[in-house]
Amino acid sequence: MRRLVPVVLALSLLAGCHRSANAPAPVAKSFGTAITEVGGSKQVAGIGAALDQPIMVQVNDAQGAAVAGALVEFHVAGGAVATPEMGLTGADGQLSSTVTLGGSAGRYQIVAATRDKSGKTAELRLDEIALGYQQTQGRVLNDRYCARCHDPESTPERVSNHDNLTAKAHAFTEGAVLNAMSDADLASIIGHGGPALNKSPEMPPYGYTLSKADVDALIAYIRAVADPPYRLKGLTYAKN
Amino acid sequence: MRQKIKTLWQFLFGDSARAFGSLSVILLICLAIAPAKDRFREWTRYQSRYLRLIRTRGEAASLQRRFQGGLQQIWMPELGVTDRCGSCHLGLKEASLWDVGAQPFRPHPPIPHSLTEFGCVMCHRGQGVATGVEEAHRSTLAWEQPILPARYLESSCGQCHWNTLTGTPQLNQGRKLLTRYGCVSCHVLKTPEGRRLASTTAAPPLSHIAEKTPREWMFAWLKNPQAYAVTATMPNFELTDADARDITVFLMSQSTPYLAAASQPAPPADAQAGASVYGESFCASCHATVNAAGMLVGGDVGPELTRIGSKVKPEWLTEWLRNPKTYDPATAMPHYRFDQKQLGPLSGFLEAKTDSDLLANVHLEPATPEQIAHGKTLVTERGCASCHEINGIKKPDNFAPELTVVGSESLTKIVFAPGVEHTLPDYLQAKIRQPHTFPGAKMPQYTFTQPQVDALVTALLAQTERAQTLPAALRVAGKRESDYRPAGKAGQLMADMNCFSCHAIDGRGGDMAPDLTWEGSSVQRRWLVSFMKNPNTLRPALIRRMPRFNVTDAEAETIADYIMTVYHTPAFDRDALDPARFSAADVELGKQLFYSKYACQACHIFDPQNDKGYIGPTLTQVGTRLNAAWIFHWLKDPRGLRPGTIEPNWDMSDDDARALTAFLMRQNKEVAKK
Repeated sequence: MRRLVPVVLALSLLAGCHRSANAPAPVAKSFGTAITEVGGSKQVAGIGAALDQPIMVQVNDAQGAAVAGALVEFHVAGGAVATPEMGLTGADGQLSSTVTLGGSAGRYQIVAATRDKSGKTAELRLDEIALGYQQTQGRVLNDRYCARCHDPESTPERVSNHDNLTAKAHAFTEGAVLNAMSDADLASIIGHGGPALNKSPEMPPYGYTLSKADVDALIAYIRAVADPPYRLKGLTYAKN
Repeated sequence: MRQKIKTLWQFLFGDSARAFGSLSVILLICLAIAPAKDRFREWTRYQSRYLRLIRTRGEAASLQRRFQGGLQQIWMPELGVTDRCGSCHLGLKEASLWDVGAQPFRPHPPIPHSLTEFGCVMCHRGQGVATGVEEAHRSTLAWEQPILPARYLESSCGQCHWNTLTGTPQLNQGRKLLTRYGCVSCHVLKTPEGRRLASTTAAPPLSHIAEKTPREWMFAWLKNPQAYAVTATMPNFELTDADARDITVFLMSQSTPYLAAASQPAPPADAQAGASVYGESFCASCHATVNAAGMLVGGDVGPELTRIGSKVKPEWLTEWLRNPKTYDPATAMPHYRFDQKQLGPLSGFLEAKTDSDLLANVHLEPATPEQIAHGKTLVTERGCASCHEINGIKKPDNFAPELTVVGSESLTKIVFAPGVEHTLPDYLQAKIRQPHTFPGAKMPQYTFTQPQVDALVTALLAQTERAQTLPAALRVAGKRESDYRPAGKAGQLMADMNCFSCHAIDGRGGDMAPDLTWEGSSVQRRWLVSFMKNPNTLRPALIRRMPRFNVTDAEAETIADYIMTVYHTPAFDRDALDPARFSAADVELGKQLFYSKYACQACHIFDPQNDKGYIGPTLTQVGTRLNAAWIFHWLKDPRGLRPGTIEPNWDMSDDDARALTAFLMRQNKEVAKK
């Protein structure tokens, strides 16, 4: 019986190694002490969808110079998938990974981690946003009714009206302002217009145009894209 | 060893009393297995886990009160739904569990339907009757439909909703792509009412193609349409050089001359003047070109024109611009009525848009009869006539497999290409992205982006058996394509200028420009006539604008008369409000309401000196453009008059609407004079 123990242990160890044995894990060639974002956080996509842009991170050494060949691991949860899950930084010290979001609406946190020579981990947390049915509906309504004034960016297809207003409309990502407003206040200003909260009448009332479900959807969308995130009810990262 | 077994046997069954005792114990154990198996079912573990979870929460008492133990089932025989998902997914209706990050206890996010009314598998698929995690979510030997991946969830809405829903942009886009990219020209795709989806893109007829394009261009195009224009609708058929060559010789040989107008010599081309005709005519509303910065700019109704000079013959282009209907009576392009002064420069400007690299390596020898015959076989095999009109080849029926119920296709009937995961969505993805990897596939290679493929798969997954057999009461029918056609001389003119390419009337037509169904109740005849002769800008921020069609006075009058007589709303009488009866006080009140209470200047320009609003039409001439009764009723209920408008409904009182109407109607002569 005693003889069996090491055999079982070895077998289970082998079984445990099975996955990584198939695709050999890259071995770090050099080490950095810090990891920074190049781009790709705060993207908005539908549940289960792939993000438009890959996430891209850079590993730096203590002097702030880019480190090539450092090992970066992307940890995701909640059914999201990063491809590749790990890799070595390129000559520019950067590594990118495409992310597919999980099946639930909400925030997904991707932790990009690298180790320095002593094995100490440097981490970077990137947030991505998955929109469920209600938020997607809100996003469509936003594009149709709100974005012309509330999105200060113009595109070739849509000229922003933001600069033509006396009272500048808040972008929906302005969490600092909008998070302080309750759902009831948002419903009230959407439904009855700016004067309902003693604000500019340039914000028209949409309560006779949009249904209650539409207004709820818009609020859900505003809460979903807020930056900094809306904490009162909503900042729970997806877990496994 | 043998000795040991013998001793054990003796111990258990040595005499009748021992045997009786042992057998009784064995029987008892056997009897206990059934209840024990039930006791340790997977779902019972989840239920005790759920109870442990809610015990720690503030609202434990109410959560506990609502908790129902035991197997939970939703049964709706008329929908074919038997769901036991609620046995493990216990927090579906508990909004207070929003912070639970992991399944199976997350509350269901808000949707417009009640969970008990439709169950779970209607939207999520999976095996509803199963009570184990593996069985319920994945495909097993006895069950093919696993849980639908979240990215395609909108497809489930499409099983009942054949209309355009606000909350399902992906499904809407997918359905649009199916008709936009000619999928439905080869594949039959039916709605539950039995209506076959029709292509929204008319591929150009090829019956006179030799007059239009040189063979070399046709060869380059057939080899790779996207090399000529990245936006090309036609997919890549991945033809060999020889096959592409044979198709060009066949198409050239079947081409017949068309009846062009007596060719008049066009004035010499002037690229500068041509560019301004191109701009004035708002060609970019429908056609895109790549600009100096390498950006593709313009609409996607007509083909991209970046390299048009390499594609068409100059004489054909001039005739086409003179009147496109001569060559293709079904074209969406309007008959612009260009005069000689516009025609030459515009034609020259477009002819100059060439790409010398495109045809540099194309050298074709004269055709042989064998090549023509082979070309004809290829054209038939590839189904070219499904989209294009070709002399001597009939549009094939059932050219490609019917897709009406592809969303519930049995996996056993599908031939998977190597490396494709054995699920329906993965099969559809692979089939759209790499059709050539499937043995014997006729389908050409499209250049869809990943979101477009996702959208297409979503739309196809909505085509299920269940969608066809659902109770009709649940079905929300899509917009019926109307075949409205205006009558008489005006009708001919409107068809000639293809008003319906941009405007909709009575449910038929495009959505680029305003719906004109009730235009006669809205505008003043004098304005309408002058607008048709010279359309000025009403919406400053719009890129797509109404072009000038060079209509004669008589033509403008004919159309105006028709619009003023026929396109009336039954909601009110056009002449019910006489602007002469508004008082100065009404106007003054209206002005205050305009600028203060309703802040109309946020979106509209009334006074061009001070107002900046970009969103709605400018109101600088509103008093001469619209009539008073229309303004009044528009202010009262804009969406009642034009359902798609983004002007919000203000729930305005009659007095306010009247005063605003008075103020707006005053905006007539002063500006006109300036």
